[in-house]
Amino acid sequence: MAKSILHLSLNGRQREDAVADNMLLIDYLRDVAGVTGTKMGCDGGECGACTVLVDDRPRLSCISLAHSVAGKKVETIEGAMAEGRISNLQRAFHEKLGSQCGYCTPGMVMASEALLRANPDPDDDEIRAGLSGNICRCTGYVKIIESVRTAAGQSKS
Amino acid sequence: MSTDTPTPARMIGKDVPLIDGLEKVTGRAAYTADLAHNGALVGRLFRSPHSHAKIDKLDVSKALALAGVIAIVTGDDCDVPYGILPIVQNEYPMARERVRYRGEPVAAVAAIDEATAEQALALIDMQVTVLPGYYDPDASRVPGAVDLHEDRPGNLERDVHHEFGDVDKGFAAADFIREDTYECAEVTHMQMEPNASLAEYDAERGRITLHSCTQVPYYVHKRVAQCMDLDTSRIRVVKPFIGGGFGHRSETLNFEIIICLLARAAKGKVRMKLSREETFITHRGRPQTRIKTKIGITKDGRITACACETVQAGGAYGGYGIVTILYAGALLNAIYDIPAVKYDGYRVYTNTPPCGAMRGHGTVNVRYAFESLLDQIARELDMDPFELRRRNLLVAPTKTINDLMVESYGLPECLDWVEEASGWKARRGHLGQGKGLGLACSHYVSGAAKPVHWTGEPHAVVNLKLDFDGGITLLTGASDIGQGSSTVLAQLVGEVLGIDFDRLSVFANDSRVTPKDNGSYSSRVTFMVGNAAIEAAEAMKNLLVAAAARKLETEPGNIECLGEVYRVQGGQDKGLSFQEVVTEAVAESGTITVKGTFTVPRSHQGGKYRGSGVGPSMAYSYAAVAVEVTADEDTGLVSVDDIWVAHDCGYALNRLACEGQVQGAVWMGLGQALSEETRYHEGLPIGPNMLDYRVPSIVESPDIKVKLVESLDPNGPFGAKEASEGALAAVIPAVANAVADALGVRLKESPVTPDRVIRALLDKERAARSAKDVA
Repeated sequence: MAKSILHLSLNGRQREDAVADNMLLIDYLRDVAGVTGTKMGCDGGECGACTVLVDDRPRLSCISLAHSVAGKKVETIEGAMAEGRISNLQRAFHEKLGSQCGYCTPGMVMASEALLRANPDPDDDEIRAGLSGNICRCTGYVKIIESVRTAAGQSKS
Repeated sequence: MSTDTPTPARMIGKDVPLIDGLEKVTGRAAYTADLAHNGALVGRLFRSPHSHAKIDKLDVSKALALAGVIAIVTGDDCDVPYGILPIVQNEYPMARERVRYRGEPVAAVAAIDEATAEQALALIDMQVTVLPGYYDPDASRVPGAVDLHEDRPGNLERDVHHEFGDVDKGFAAADFIREDTYECAEVTHMQMEPNASLAEYDAERGRITLHSCTQVPYYVHKRVAQCMDLDTSRIRVVKPFIGGGFGHRSETLNFEIIICLLARAAKGKVRMKLSREETFITHRGRPQTRIKTKIGITKDGRITACACETVQAGGAYGGYGIVTILYAGALLNAIYDIPAVKYDGYRVYTNTPPCGAMRGHGTVNVRYAFESLLDQIARELDMDPFELRRRNLLVAPTKTINDLMVESYGLPECLDWVEEASGWKARRGHLGQGKGLGLACSHYVSGAAKPVHWTGEPHAVVNLKLDFDGGITLLTGASDIGQGSSTVLAQLVGEVLGIDFDRLSVFANDSRVTPKDNGSYSSRVTFMVGNAAIEAAEAMKNLLVAAAARKLETEPGNIECLGEVYRVQGGQDKGLSFQEVVTEAVAESGTITVKGTFTVPRSHQGGKYRGSGVGPSMAYSYAAVAVEVTADEDTGLVSVDDIWVAHDCGYALNRLACEGQVQGAVWMGLGQALSEETRYHEGLPIGPNMLDYRVPSIVESPDIKVKLVESLDPNGPFGAKEASEGALAAVIPAVANAVADALGVRLKESPVTPDRVIRALLDKERAARSAKDVA
């Protein structure tokens, strides 16, 4: 497969890589850029574990071509921390047990981040709608909703 | 006591975030597919396209000749059968002579990249003679059916016939007897992480290192040794972070052995990532089950006898099957006081992916049948479902008729809370059109009392290491699979030692370093490994107290330990800091390692009859669940609006984790109740993906209100019992009972999908019409 140069901003840093034209974004992130926080759960846009942000919007990296994010701002779970400290959302997922086995967590946190950027004060139904593309098999979602609610409350105050 | 007296921070009985939670929320947690794999070959499996066939020819020469293919292994490379149970080892890592389900591994390729491996698979030539496929236990058992396994005529893997108490007398004493038949669809774990392994063979030393997503590295270690004919000391098994288990990974899975064979053949490193579809096919889920249940009862609601016949479609190989069919019978007991119980179980081979252990192993479908029938009886007796259950409670301590020891029993409190919280008395019957409330109860073991391998070893071992730096490392072979077991073990050690939580780290699941553990299954870790951790921490504490006594020139008995301060009892001086005590302790002996062990005593390991090894546990958890549903008569759609669950976990060592586990179990039960089912067309999985296998999404998932009941088990660590499986089973009948309350129609099948609901409504209408015609 032919390769071409992909320019993008990944977690705040500019990168350029020679990337096959048919490479998926998730494979680019994990195998080329070496950020393995983004998870493959279903192989086909069903579970949301691979959710990353592209220009602040959630995107399923397992059904996106790497070249589709050329010139854009891509954020993964690795970019959620700032100055070595975790974000309010990450802290809430940790302290409220929004994460059990942790495999859906990177996607859950990124989808929640997208939700809160678009709607800083969501009610429970809006949280449910915002995370409706993300499956978790451990929590029953109760503590995930609580985590997002907690983080939203913190950024308000 | 003055206010500045240091006191140990309590580390149990409160909310403690997971000890490895920061890794999970930052993406730093490395799961098997995330491990560095420089130079690793890509491993891929060639799977059978047939459900049942004799292999006439398997030619891999063209595939092997392809540039970039390094090695291929087939059934010829391993003629050692394996299986989770020492008594049923009838599966080969790759099929030999015969394939018995669609998707069964037949060969494996190691190639330089994914594309080459894919090409090689297409070049493998398998010629077969197709045999008849059986996808239903009735079909498998038709006289003249081809036996899947020659040593199991009639495709019956195991039949169990147990009778406890005087069953005839029990039914004779009943005022009336009710019987019904129920059917549960097969379900599967669908843990979020697809299966993956990384194996590296050191050809110079003849050693292999395997990283794999397992709940029980110990079993994997044994099975790899067995199938590779390799000394166990040459094998190292490491479990990285794993993305859920739920039983899927509680037995050694074919790909874990195959990758080791492949790495040895390739003389190097191989990485295998199974697709979601392959992960579905690996299966080992809860079998399709038909349950005929009969209950004898007096007018005032006292159960006099129970008879139950269970048929499970086990899939193509033994796996955990015998344990599953035994659990289904054994746990008819130990929840209510039933004087006589008869059980007939049939585990049948079918040409579908093998079933195995899944959360609530063996008990779930039988509990669904029993609690459904109890609800039907309550309606007939015009007795409140809570009241009916209250008339049949156990009184602990007690030994059941099948020799199970129940020493703590919080079910009465569970019932009380759920009744109150759900507003049952005031609301039931007044919810309006299409709405209903349902109740059911369930229970589960806190660790299977008998280990799978009867080696005579302790059932759990924990090591603690303390060095000059004052850090304590807990070494365990117990797998944290997301349930928080490492956190709870650290809490227990912290509680006994009275030290800061941050002083503790847990190092788990590397067979080179950590003590062997029987693994994470049957909710055994908190109970068994927890007790071992307490013993280890007490041993450590004795050494520290002795060191402090030496330093303070007194007897150990005079030392009081106030958190991280050790001083002479009642003394006024400031005493020794923890680091000073540690320095004194290691000066004497160097690095300190201590050990704690735990073994379930014989008294709790069950009776003497055949099959008595399955069911016994040192403690049982109890749960009551009430569900409120809305059921649409026109569309057949059932939605759950609210759930109340009370779970007797003995003592909530970590309230946050216990709540999370109970919510997760309830929600998984909700999936089986509402929508989950694996489906096959002539053995071909239909929709083995995360859209068609429908687990409830966040939109359909209600709030789950949890009450943790604490019955303080006399043998549990600080009274703790199981917290993550027990509540699941109650949810499925609670939903069925709520649907019956809402629609006035009894569904005897799970899940309650719209098609089943509509069919039940039509059947009811038809029955009413023909009754009218007769009249």
